[in-house]
Amino acid sequence: MNWNRRHLLDVRSLSADELRLLLSTAKAFKAVSTRAIKKVPALRGKTVVNLFVEPSTRTRISFELAAQRLSADVINFTAEASSLKKGETLKDTLRNLEALNADFVILRHGASGAAHYLARFARCHIINAGDGAHEHPTQGLLDLFTIFEHKGGVEGLNVTILGDILYSRVARSNIWALLRLGARVTLCGPSTLVPKVFETLHPGVRVSWDLESALRDADVVNLLRIQHERQRVSAFPSIGEYASLFGINATRAGWIRPDALIMHPGPINRGVEIESSVADGSQSVILEQVTNGLAVRMAVLFLLNGGQSSELAQ
Amino acid sequence: MSLVLLDPVAMGRVVGRMAHEIAERNPDTSSLCLVGLQRGGVALAHRISEVLSEIVGHAIPVGALDVSLYRDDLGRRVAPEIRPTEVPFDPTERNIVLVDDVLFTGRTTRAALDALSDMGRPRRIQLAVLVDRGHRELPIRADFTGKTVATTLKQTIRVRLLEDGGDDTVCVEDLNS
Repeated sequence: MNWNRRHLLDVRSLSADELRLLLSTAKAFKAVSTRAIKKVPALRGKTVVNLFVEPSTRTRISFELAAQRLSADVINFTAEASSLKKGETLKDTLRNLEALNADFVILRHGASGAAHYLARFARCHIINAGDGAHEHPTQGLLDLFTIFEHKGGVEGLNVTILGDILYSRVARSNIWALLRLGARVTLCGPSTLVPKVFETLHPGVRVSWDLESALRDADVVNLLRIQHERQRVSAFPSIGEYASLFGINATRAGWIRPDALIMHPGPINRGVEIESSVADGSQSVILEQVTNGLAVRMAVLFLLNGGQSSELAQ
Repeated sequence: MSLVLLDPVAMGRVVGRMAHEIAERNPDTSSLCLVGLQRGGVALAHRISEVLSEIVGHAIPVGALDVSLYRDDLGRRVAPEIRPTEVPFDPTERNIVLVDDVLFTGRTTRAALDALSDMGRPRRIQLAVLVDRGHRELPIRADFTGKTVATTLKQTIRVRLLEDGGDDTVCVEDLNS
């Protein structure tokens, strides 16, 4: 199996073989991170630009460290302090970065499809680090990697994704990755944030508004943050009400099987979607997800950096 | 066309001789260890270690090294598959014998030297290869060679070890056959 893509724009278009190659490559990079010298020369002389039009700290830091561990040079470009504020278009920004010989542009943008748009004319590699409510591919991949590490695979597993599904790009990337490798996905949360229409995505997707059964059935519970910044209308009366109806407290954690994983892409809102006793409990793999995110992002940079066997596929 | 360079019997003898030569040239075996290069060198390193351990009377440790991340052609080819690196000892102050199946351009060996240097500072590094086929592009030579063979660039060396599902032979083949 050879990697044959120039860009990583979404999880949806990745084949099962591509997902497996990403996972095995990430596994090798996770081992690199445990060595005394954590840096390897694989991307020496390459320039990576973090183009974060929408603010993000953890994803940017993770990509930045991943690029540095591969010996690339990294530039951070944030919207607040940039020419985008002065009216430059995204396309012109990319052209300018390419004029500086950027090899990779990692884009975080509030508009769904922004990374696909740039990829249409980009000469450098584009990595989608989250576009609107569309996808967040490396988050989906790192969640998949974390489940693989604990469960050995995802085929036949029941994965419950709980919370703000409607506005969540993390949910979408997770759904596509899990379905591709044969898991079943249950989406759960307030009906305003988990519309029934998600079931039309794929026969493997189920929508449930019954928290208890969704938790009892699960091999993996992935809790999402309530994204108040992305909601145009209030989908529930108050944060307090969400916490009381869907927050995972000790009682509800008791509904989760003892061998099930509890995941969260972060940043966690303690006392809202998850209580501290659960977030810090033995079933929580939240911090492992952070560690694995670094390995997955190194793998993505490494695979995209390779030459193409059939020139510029995709 | 395919020409057999080593059959299973010859392979066993060559491996045995290399183990003896390594023992002969390394009288102090207390810090001696082998590091096989992924992928063909790893099984070979284990075989040499088996014979060598018997000769010197104690176990000679074996590591596995993948040099993919240190290659100098990464942007020019499809990203290689990364195999495990497992070196169960600190290379610092060790006497290390790198083991590979085929020595060709020397670029893999160069990458291996960089990779090892990132793990520590060995006292000495030597190189053992089953087949030296010539065509070096770097000033690198083997300290222990199983078999030297003149090849053209239109040929390839196939090492098919039992451990990797082969029949324990080494052949010279034409590239487009």
